[in-house]
Amino acid sequence: MWTFFHKLGSPPWLYKISGAILRYLLPATLLALVCGMTWGLLFTDPDFRQGNSYRIMYIHVPAAVVALAGYYVMAIAGAISLIWKMKMADVAMKCCAPVGAAFTFISLATGAIWGKPTWGTWWVWDARITSMLVLFFLYLGVLALYEAFDNKEAAGKACAVLSLVGMVNIPIIYKSVDWWYSLHQPASIKFTGESAIHASMLYPLLLMIIAFYALFACALLLNMRAELLHRERRSNWVRKLAQPEAG
Amino acid sequence: MYFADFNSLLRMDGHGGFVWASYAITLLVLLLLIVIPLRRRRRLLREIHGEQRRAAVASAAETGRAA
Repeated sequence: MWTFFHKLGSPPWLYKISGAILRYLLPATLLALVCGMTWGLLFTDPDFRQGNSYRIMYIHVPAAVVALAGYYVMAIAGAISLIWKMKMADVAMKCCAPVGAAFTFISLATGAIWGKPTWGTWWVWDARITSMLVLFFLYLGVLALYEAFDNKEAAGKACAVLSLVGMVNIPIIYKSVDWWYSLHQPASIKFTGESAIHASMLYPLLLMIIAFYALFACALLLNMRAELLHRERRSNWVRKLAQPEAG
Repeated sequence: MYFADFNSLLRMDGHGGFVWASYAITLLVLLLLIVIPLRRRRRLLREIHGEQRRAAVASAAETGRAA
């Protein structure tokens, strides 16, 4: 167990293992994404109240779920780098920010487009939507804060603190649909008890959620690999790696 | 398949524009999410290789002068 942690802190090992994982994970993810999208767009019946516009759900809900999960990853990585000074955790935290921001952007953009035919408006300052916008700014804040420091160690610390403080927003997002009931509907999928969604719509949705999770992992690993090369560019293993790229 | 033909798939009873725009934006963002780090990695490798070659040329010139 401890050797695993030890290896996890080693940049060349992380670079190698992430390359091996991505070789299988990336094609599998794209396959799941194509299958899920085709299933949701072509092979499901329209919603009896929202018609075909509900098909946006198959990207809106997974994007929002992963945007939230990504924040946990970023905050936990930030905590690890604060407490144990683990450099790889700092790399993970930094690389979570752009990926999480992208997924939050997708959920906000598709939510706005879905809102137009369903609620008759692109945007409303509903609690759920506003707290998701705050999440988006938190991700952007970590990104900007990291670039604002010349000293990267201080930047890592400041970003870790910001991402941990931002955790207060997460339960607000979860509970917002129950506390302030306005336009946004409450969750339809429940881990305990009956889900308020028919199985024919649930299964493609679950497939899309899995695909989006996998996509988050792929994008995070790809970003981390580039960041590792950048940080370790003076080290021997990177020099050796750059060698065969001749010509 | 739910839709009878390609045209009804595009229109989706008037919701087509919203649905297809959402999917287009999503695919574009996801594509960028994958392509940007891949290109950054490739560019870094090229840069590091270039630095190495310049360093090798410089050190070869150094030893040539010393000899």
